[in-house]
Amino acid sequence: MNRRLINWTLGVGTPLLLVTAWWVLSENSTNTFFPPLSATLERFQALWLFDHFGSDVMLSLRNLVIGYALATVIGVGLGFATALVPVARWALDPLIHFLRGIPPVALVPIFISLIGFGLEMRLVSITLAAVFPTLIATVDGIRSVDSTLKDVSAVYRLSRGEKLAQVYLPAAGPQIASGMQVSLQVAFIVMIASEMLGSSQGIGAMTLLAQQSFMTSDMWAGILLLGVIGFGANLVFEVIKNKVLAWYVGSKRLARS
Amino acid sequence: MTRTLATHHHPGMENSMELQENPVALGTAAARPRLEVTALSKTYGSGPNAKCVIEDLTFTVTTGEVVCIVGPSGVGKTTLLKCLAGLQPATSGTAAIDGRRIDGPPPEMALVFQDYSRSLMPWLTVRKNVRLPLRHLRLPAQEMNQRIDDALRAVGLDGSDGKYPWQLSGGMQQRVAIARALAYRPEILIMDEPFASVDAQTRFELEDLCLKIRDDFGMTILVVTHDIDEAVYLSDRVVVLGAKPARVLDVIGIDLPAPRDQISTRSLPEFAEQRTTVLSMIRKPA
Ligand SMILES: Nc1ncnc2c1ncn2[C@@H]1O[C@H](COP(=O)(O)OP(=O)(O)OP(=O)(O)O)[C@@H](O)[C@H]1O
Ligand SMILES: [Mg+2]
Repeated sequence: MNRRLINWTLGVGTPLLLVTAWWVLSENSTNTFFPPLSATLERFQALWLFDHFGSDVMLSLRNLVIGYALATVIGVGLGFATALVPVARWALDPLIHFLRGIPPVALVPIFISLIGFGLEMRLVSITLAAVFPTLIATVDGIRSVDSTLKDVSAVYRLSRGEKLAQVYLPAAGPQIASGMQVSLQVAFIVMIASEMLGSSQGIGAMTLLAQQSFMTSDMWAGILLLGVIGFGANLVFEVIKNKVLAWYVGSKRLARS
Repeated sequence: MTRTLATHHHPGMENSMELQENPVALGTAAARPRLEVTALSKTYGSGPNAKCVIEDLTFTVTTGEVVCIVGPSGVGKTTLLKCLAGLQPATSGTAAIDGRRIDGPPPEMALVFQDYSRSLMPWLTVRKNVRLPLRHLRLPAQEMNQRIDDALRAVGLDGSDGKYPWQLSGGMQQRVAIARALAYRPEILIMDEPFASVDAQTRFELEDLCLKIRDDFGMTILVVTHDIDEAVYLSDRVVVLGAKPARVLDVIGIDLPAPRDQISTRSLPEFAEQRTTVLSMIRKPA
């Protein structure tokens, strides 16, 4: 209980302390590149709450959510096929082995160069980039399903659907979730990059425009918003993951103690 | 006997009739082998790495019989059970149920795995683990729940059905795996060292449970065990495996009065004799 309290205090206290430090240290800043935090927050409110909320923030979030959702469905689906269907395995395995060695973020330039102008292309590049971490994790997860569990499914003659939904999916769940978390980060990065490079709308575009017009407070306000969104998205992901994979979290905690 | 077999419309019929005419060590004349292992061999791998684990194994199990398999560790008992359960093909020879060759998991069979902790789904509660194989049997909800309740009560886990396997001790996990097989109500139940991790008292109870379900449901039961006393207590016959690659050293008929009782049966002079017979068979230099 006490330990928990300490952890919480640290978790909430440290960021607060840093923000306070930022506030105090930047208060009298005349450096055009580091405006006072108070100025940044003022611009934050002016820009995002809620002037450009509908036109830019919602647009970015919509791209992120749709692109990420598509990537998850495609990644998990293709992952199952690659792991279980021989034809798909022959076709996709080499590609997956190649991609496995590359950090997902390193793929971002490829997708950025694919970005054209227009909403669809941005969505497509988010989806494409975010597919791979989930795909690879799904393939790995399904291939490492315990052989005893496969034997159990066979002996009790579970149907194909039961095997997929009741055995393979939950057994690979923890690995799929790790892949999905990386995919989320990649989707977020590509979302920002695609807006910075190929758009005049969205948080990324606004932020880059601010930088190019030497409106540093606006730029920092944009970065702050991106940070908040990234943090929030990860938090939501964690909460859902801990709920869905409660059995895994619980068994790991028990194994450690 | 040939006539009863002829009612089975099956491609392997001629073959099975042939086997019937040369019955292998039948207990009683009227009993027909339910499970028949004929000249079974299993080699893992091929080429220079090939490892012959089982060679030319032959024995039968009759309907309603309890047969125990004993043999030293690593002799190939689990390998044999996996062949019987249709999980892996025999290299040569056959295993058959009612004369039908086993080439995939047979519907009338359940197997309790030696690796009990790995055989449970960690994401399902005890109750859902037991229910998983029942879902496709399309039982009425009430019967399904009844079966689950009965099975969990029989193994003494009726208080733990909401727990996850990883919250249970090894012995309790082993009993979940047994409950899952019991609720499935197989005609043939195969268990691989099912009582290895439970305490002595629970072990006695599970042994008696084993004999009871045989009597109640006419189940045919095949058990691998390391415990000679357990083998003698449970069995109608004991199959002693030995040598490498594994073969049948002897099949010992156990003539102990029914019903068996943990205290009185084990104190019979015949029990001690049978036990000595099995033990000396195992200890005999190959
Ligand atoms: N999949 C496999 N591939 C290769 N060799 C195997 C495989 N499974 C088992 N073996 C080998 O076959 C032999 C028999 O193994 P098995 O597990 O059947 O023995 P067992 O009689 O069940 O032993 P125990 O009493 O310890 O459970 C062992 O030497 C083992 O190494
Ligand atoms: Mg074994």
